[in-house]
Amino acid sequence: MSIYQVFVINRAGSLIYDWDGKEDSVGVEKTFSYPLDIVLDVLDQKVTVVFGERDGIFLRYTVCAINGISVQGSQVVINGREWSVMDYLSDEANFPVIVRFMPPTISTNEKIILSSTFHSLFTIAAQLSPIPRSSGIEVLTTTQFKLHCFQSTSGVKFVVVGVAGMSGAVEGLLRRIYELYADYALKNPFYSMDMPIRCQRFDDAIKNLIEKHDKHNMVTV
Amino acid sequence: MSKQTKLPIGIDSKKISGELFTLTYGALVAELLRDLESPAEVNRQLDKMGYNIGLRIADDLLAKNAQIGRCTDMHQVADVLAKVALRTYLGVSAQVTAWSAANDEFSLLIEPNPLTEFVEVPPELAQELRYSQMICGAIRGALQMLHIEVQTVIVSDVNQNTEIRVKFIRILQESVPPGEEY
Repeated sequence: MSIYQVFVINRAGSLIYDWDGKEDSVGVEKTFSYPLDIVLDVLDQKVTVVFGERDGIFLRYTVCAINGISVQGSQVVINGREWSVMDYLSDEANFPVIVRFMPPTISTNEKIILSSTFHSLFTIAAQLSPIPRSSGIEVLTTTQFKLHCFQSTSGVKFVVVGVAGMSGAVEGLLRRIYELYADYALKNPFYSMDMPIRCQRFDDAIKNLIEKHDKHNMVTV
Repeated sequence: MSKQTKLPIGIDSKKISGELFTLTYGALVAELLRDLESPAEVNRQLDKMGYNIGLRIADDLLAKNAQIGRCTDMHQVADVLAKVALRTYLGVSAQVTAWSAANDEFSLLIEPNPLTEFVEVPPELAQELRYSQMICGAIRGALQMLHIEVQTVIVSDVNQNTEIRVKFIRILQESVPPGEEY
């Protein structure tokens, strides 16, 4: 998979569509004996790995279950007693213990917040430009991923997040997503404009398009 | 997989018989006349429908014609409307004539107008009814999506060449996206 995520942001800056390439992962499970050799901390009410990556458990992974009992926030109920996960894992009597870790995920709420933040950054970037009539952010590169953004003349933004080595064919991909938006969202009379896109056909078309894009890229690599 | 996805993908599968379109439009206008009983009200409804179509169709045109950039004067707008938009959706191109001195107003002569091909408006309605009013609404809606407010009126319609007058009102500054300012 060379594409991680696709977002469509409407003219007011709110997220109207997102596609996530990640399959629902089951996480990593491991049996630990005392003392725990991974440093955990509570971040955003989730017990998170902050140091000591090993055995497929990486930084920012969160504890999602202990001995098969799922964790709610940073609390877990074991044998009728409510424990804080941190306390439970520091008590020698509770060991050995099976802990399941989940890779970090971003929730729909967080995606909505990030999208409107990106919308604002885009606007600021266009205004800060030393040269007039700058188009705003088109590509954003980091060591881990690359973000491509295309803004249509009407003001809808199409954003693709993919691997850092993503090739130049992304412009074409973005234009195709725009076409799909025009076809399957706007031409659907039951879709109200500027509202979240919940159209099965649009979903399917996006999925097909990205699969095709990935296949094509494999051949050329 | 539904049947539709098996159709060959290309421009041809998207083209329908022009007559079906003309007849559907005719049936719609006739039905509206029956329902509303007032030609002026029919004009209003047709305009509203056209406007809603225009809002949606603007992105379709731009998505499929990457060469159309941002229009910065009415001459470009007239060009795109006459040569690309009407050609794509009605299958005819229009002539641009009668520019105003300020270059903010022009006429689109649609000839032949596929909508009025078989139409004879009864004389008692001919004064008021603007048969092709939907095209006006569509032009207004589509240009609004591109942040240009225009006024569109039909000057002449059935029995003569269809002439649509398009007048520039203002740029909708509040909706212009970043990076697209003039």
